[in-house]
Amino acid sequence: MRQPIGRSENWQCGVRTTTPSMPPLTSTGLEVDMSSPLMYGTPSSRVEGTPRSGVGGTPARQRPDLGSIRKAPQVDLHSEPPSADGAVASEQALGQKLVIWGTDVNVGTCKEKFQRFLQRFIDPASNEDENAGLDLNEPLYMQKLEEISVVGEPVLNVNCSHVQSFDADLYRQLISYPQEVIPTFDMAVNELFFERFPDSILEHQIQVRPYNALKTRNMRSLNPEDIDQMITISGMVIRTSQLIPEMQEAFFQCQVCAFFTRVEVDRGRIAEPAVCRNCNTIHSLALIHNRSAFSDKQMIKVQESPDDMPAGQTPHTTIVYAHNDLVDKVQPGDRINITGIYRAVPMRENPRQSNVKSVYKTHIDVIHFRKTDEKRLHGLDEDSDQKLFTEERVQILKELASKPDVYDRLSSALAPSIYEHEDIKKGILLQLFGGTRKDFSQTGRGNFRAEVNILLCGDPGTSKSQLLQYVFNLVPRGQYTSGKGSSAVGLTAYVMKDPETKQLVLQTGALVLSDNGICCIDEFDKMSDSTRSVLHEVMEQQTLSIAKAGIICQLNARTSVLAAANPVESQWNPKKTTIENIQLPHTLLSRFDLIFLMLDPQDEAYDRRLAHHLVALYYQSEEQIEEEFLDMAVLKDYIAYARTYINPRLNEEASQALIEAYVDMRKIGSGRGMVSAYPRQLESLIRLAEAHAKVRFSDKVETIDVEEAKRLHREALKQSATDPRTGFVDISILTTGMSATARKRKEEVARALKKMIQSKGKTPAMKYQQLFDDLRGQSEAAITKDMFEEALRALADEDYLTVTGKTVRLL
Amino acid sequence: MPSSHDWINKPLGVVEAMFAQSNSNPEWEAKVLEYFKGQLKEKESHSWVPSLNDVPLHYLKPNSLVKFRCLVQDMFDPEFYMGVYETVDPSTKVLRCGKYKDVTECGVDLNSRNTVTAERQTFYCVPIPGESPWAKEISFLSAARVVPSTSYVPSRQKRSYEEDDDMDTQPQKTKWSLTELQSSSPHGNGDSKRQETEAPSSQTTAPSDCSSHLDLNFPLPGERGPACLVKVYEGLDSFKLNDTLEIYGILSVNPVLTVIVYPYRDPSLLLLNPTESMETPEEQRAHDPPASLVPRLHMLYARPLQHNNPLLPSAPTEDQSAFVSSFLVEMASVRAELLAYLTHVLLGDGLAAEYLLLHLISNVYTRRDVLPLGKFTLNLSGCPLNSYTERLYQIVQQLVPCSYRLSMSLHTMNSMRLVPKKDYVANRLVSGALQLARNTSLFLDETQLEQGQLDSSGVRNITALGNLISWQKVDYDFSYHQMEFPCNINVLVTSEGRSLLPSDCQVPLQPQVTPPNMEEYLTTIHMAQFTSQINKFRVYLSLARTLDYSISDEVTKAVEDDFVDMRKDDPQSVTAEDLHRMLVVARLLSLSLGQTTLSRDGWMRAKHIDMLRRSRTEQQKSLNGNEP
Repeated sequence: MRQPIGRSENWQCGVRTTTPSMPPLTSTGLEVDMSSPLMYGTPSSRVEGTPRSGVGGTPARQRPDLGSIRKAPQVDLHSEPPSADGAVASEQALGQKLVIWGTDVNVGTCKEKFQRFLQRFIDPASNEDENAGLDLNEPLYMQKLEEISVVGEPVLNVNCSHVQSFDADLYRQLISYPQEVIPTFDMAVNELFFERFPDSILEHQIQVRPYNALKTRNMRSLNPEDIDQMITISGMVIRTSQLIPEMQEAFFQCQVCAFFTRVEVDRGRIAEPAVCRNCNTIHSLALIHNRSAFSDKQMIKVQESPDDMPAGQTPHTTIVYAHNDLVDKVQPGDRINITGIYRAVPMRENPRQSNVKSVYKTHIDVIHFRKTDEKRLHGLDEDSDQKLFTEERVQILKELASKPDVYDRLSSALAPSIYEHEDIKKGILLQLFGGTRKDFSQTGRGNFRAEVNILLCGDPGTSKSQLLQYVFNLVPRGQYTSGKGSSAVGLTAYVMKDPETKQLVLQTGALVLSDNGICCIDEFDKMSDSTRSVLHEVMEQQTLSIAKAGIICQLNARTSVLAAANPVESQWNPKKTTIENIQLPHTLLSRFDLIFLMLDPQDEAYDRRLAHHLVALYYQSEEQIEEEFLDMAVLKDYIAYARTYINPRLNEEASQALIEAYVDMRKIGSGRGMVSAYPRQLESLIRLAEAHAKVRFSDKVETIDVEEAKRLHREALKQSATDPRTGFVDISILTTGMSATARKRKEEVARALKKMIQSKGKTPAMKYQQLFDDLRGQSEAAITKDMFEEALRALADEDYLTVTGKTVRLL
Repeated sequence: MPSSHDWINKPLGVVEAMFAQSNSNPEWEAKVLEYFKGQLKEKESHSWVPSLNDVPLHYLKPNSLVKFRCLVQDMFDPEFYMGVYETVDPSTKVLRCGKYKDVTECGVDLNSRNTVTAERQTFYCVPIPGESPWAKEISFLSAARVVPSTSYVPSRQKRSYEEDDDMDTQPQKTKWSLTELQSSSPHGNGDSKRQETEAPSSQTTAPSDCSSHLDLNFPLPGERGPACLVKVYEGLDSFKLNDTLEIYGILSVNPVLTVIVYPYRDPSLLLLNPTESMETPEEQRAHDPPASLVPRLHMLYARPLQHNNPLLPSAPTEDQSAFVSSFLVEMASVRAELLAYLTHVLLGDGLAAEYLLLHLISNVYTRRDVLPLGKFTLNLSGCPLNSYTERLYQIVQQLVPCSYRLSMSLHTMNSMRLVPKKDYVANRLVSGALQLARNTSLFLDETQLEQGQLDSSGVRNITALGNLISWQKVDYDFSYHQMEFPCNINVLVTSEGRSLLPSDCQVPLQPQVTPPNMEEYLTTIHMAQFTSQINKFRVYLSLARTLDYSISDEVTKAVEDDFVDMRKDDPQSVTAEDLHRMLVVARLLSLSLGQTTLSRDGWMRAKHIDMLRRSRTEQQKSLNGNEP
């Protein structure tokens, strides 16, 4: 067994076959130095039959993602240009001064620095999910190495921002010369690993996969300066190719003497040996495919994610090559962060043409994939795509938050083109911020809904749709659908057969897509019942269960619903209750935290303000408007910041205030024998109070938040749950679909009818019409046919009578 | 006409000379742009540059300066090219400039350290969709007036016969026959164009195995003209999809480009160089079409077009403002004439004519959050059947520079692609009929709609039309997500009853005359107009749209009072929606008279005509009874 630890740079692993067919270097560089650590991990170093442990024993695996590194000899910076023979000889002596040709990377220092990083780096504030279960106060990457020794998966993912915070210079080298630095890292980590765990057996040597290079985030900002550097971009996979076997090492055999030789493929070319070294026959060598080495490769097309794009332009696409085990890691439709090396390859020279196209082909050799949306599938996360705010931006936002009237400012900045409806805008504002997410899964209750749902009902033409459109445009993960055009599958998810792969694919619908966002549903009343029924689960449990074509799963749909509905009789009828006006099932209505009516107020002062507002809209210049209101971008950032960083909790006083508010609400009704509040209302109040605290950037929910929540809740109730007959607020309109007075009256009519029938004595059958006329004649109040029928039904329920056609029979 | 036109004939010579002088000082690039901009600023100089729109490609000299009036249909990915490279031949080892070229000359030393990689982007540009024949013709003729610097002289025989005389001798009646209008192909140089596009395509279908007919991806069916791959070097962010531009650039039709297009030349190479096999044949065809069909244009200078009316000075210079002020005097009288003309066309209905006129000059002038301001979609209901709408469209087409008639029959709604869609296989945006330039008149003919079943794509098309009308935006289909592109399209809906599409304003047509023969009637009306008269109308419509507009505080107050009063009388009948509409009507009415501020009078007029219209719709409602 070999013991390679602690060797100097010229340590060499495995047996190397010489490569006489190497093309001579045209540049001023040196002839390749065989003992260079850069040769580490070339395919010829496969050692057959040696014990499988230790660095030497574990086969190195090629890294096609880094490309060929053969042409990177080391040079001494101080003695340029070096003479060819001198350099090899003086290599030992120069030792520390040597750098890799074309870079300022010294292998020794680089390796040392990285080992130090691995051994010492601690990130106590880490909240990445990869680090779950690790002790944050111990060196992070040493724990990961331990994990590798246990799991046996020889890949070490390294967060570049960690490297940067540890050693900025090392980070710069990593970004600028990934092709040279990463193999050095590989070497460093393997030495360290096998020193620690000398007996562990790995499939191949550990490969370092850096990710989260901060250099580039956006595909659009890639430019020629990024070529051959390490970059990280985000995007969406739109196409993946079949697996391509790419030759790494060609195997040639002499047809005459059966002597064989291996030739490594260099940038897609094989230098075919013309002469057999054994028997000196010319052109006798033939390629043997079966014994050549291939590696997996896959082409992936990635498109810029829609959030990154400037308006009015089409998204860019980039070609990405995945190698070895990264093949088939991503599917079309995935949103991913890619870390890789940006390459530009000149269009191949055609020997028959002197003129060539002057265009390069560009692609990215991927080193690391990170899916950004995969977390959606498992449990809690704190906004996966954390938006980065600059210091100044945060300062601006905090300044804004400290203003006493921030709540009013923000609400008036919301959809400035829509006039008034202050309370509605405030409600929507709170919806945008949302409550605090609480986890009760320990106690078996699961997640508490943190999202606020709002329903707007009202006369047509009161700019409900416009409000919805605005909200949809404001939030990053908004979806807009119209109740008329959407089906249940369109909202939830459906299973589709991929035409190419014949695989079953789960396609997500609007509700799942707006996870962590807002789903705006226009024309809510036009939605079919079956479609609406899927909303029940989403609006309370925040999940979607799917059982289709063999796929059974539960998807998260933590979406806020903002719906708009028109009254059934085109105009809102103030004499009817909300339920009667919009004809929605009360089971669904009770899931809305706030139900607002958008009615035409019909009042002169309002008209005047409205007219002023509209005329101003038509003649004010862009700048004037902007002076008056907050910029939409600021509002966006404000909301994003608050949603990400602010998690308010109730303080003692606030909880007391909430309890009181709830008790008060219950009291109102109890005097008249009806229930005026349910626990759902209390939950709503809590959510609203939390959202209001978020607006203030406050970590505590205080009494003022509860006050505002109460006020808003009351306003909304006053509008939507007032019994038009009595003028009292009656929550049962929303929870049971019928006001308490209406129920009482129904009972009275039934009683009167029963009394009348009883007074008639023993008549087994009566005429329907006659009974109706009798009852009408007897009663003081006007009795409609509906009421009569309801009374009949009530009596039938009591098994007192049955109605068959036009006759009523007593039982 | 100056003696030396090297900058037009050999622009690359100019570029190379400047590059050679620069000694690799990067400032030379700005100098080149400055030079060409300066040359084009000179009076009339831009008309010396031959236009790709008018002159068939095979008459243009390769590597000469040409201009192209076009719409940006698609934007391809940025590409890296050799900005500066070194030749491989050691004896003449010189630095060369690769900018504004598709191919390198001599061998390239790929290992040279002097190579500079630079970035450029390719736009796929098509001629402005729906450009009216008259607009094409006039710009063609004005180009022919100056001697073009190409070998191509548009000879008379090439054009159809009568037209020439009409155009040259101005105040003569346009000979306008219906047969001519029905064939909407440009008469001007129709013959030569047809040869140009058809001949090569028949060649490509014959020998090549993989290429079916090359799809030039025009937004509207039946369009002709050259499509162009424009290489853009500067100001990439300033261009947007669907921009209309006049591009001045160096024409490149190097056949090398075509040779490289077809893969599988040497199958053995593919194994080792997968980069090339990665592109599907579809993608190669879309991105590298034969240069003889889709020429490359290396942009030196681009001017965004506010309009494509050739009768108006296009550049916002002093002579434009002079032109405007001179025309303003005439405005009221031209308006009266146009109104009379439209009244005749609309069978004697003066109110409908008034509204049609307002519609024709409407324009989305700004957006407040999501709300587009200034759009004025008109629904002309009660249109007589039997091809009246077709004739009406032809008349509108004669007046506006860009238009398209979408006959909303069940079949077209179900089968036509309205919304552009990204084709990921070919990696391009497949165009749809709603990818139109700004201020295009979209004429939706709902009288063609019959009863029947709309399938899912039909429903999607109707939704797209509804979105276009309500929000002035089109959601392009990117398969995994949709992307919203704002637009500015004047939509006119003709229907029998009220349209199923939303509209800002519905006017039921009340014909005063019932001509026994509709075609004859309309033909006579059109015949009665002088070309000069029609031209005046054309200028009027384009100009009225560009005027500025404001409302004084005093009038604001009056409008507010008025609104409050109206609400007092009958709050049900006047809503915010109505105020929105009346403000737009007032704006358009003022602009149509050449007034740039709203006067109290103007407001009253707007109120008045809106009242007339409303009483008419109400009347219609009670007449039909069951209409909602």
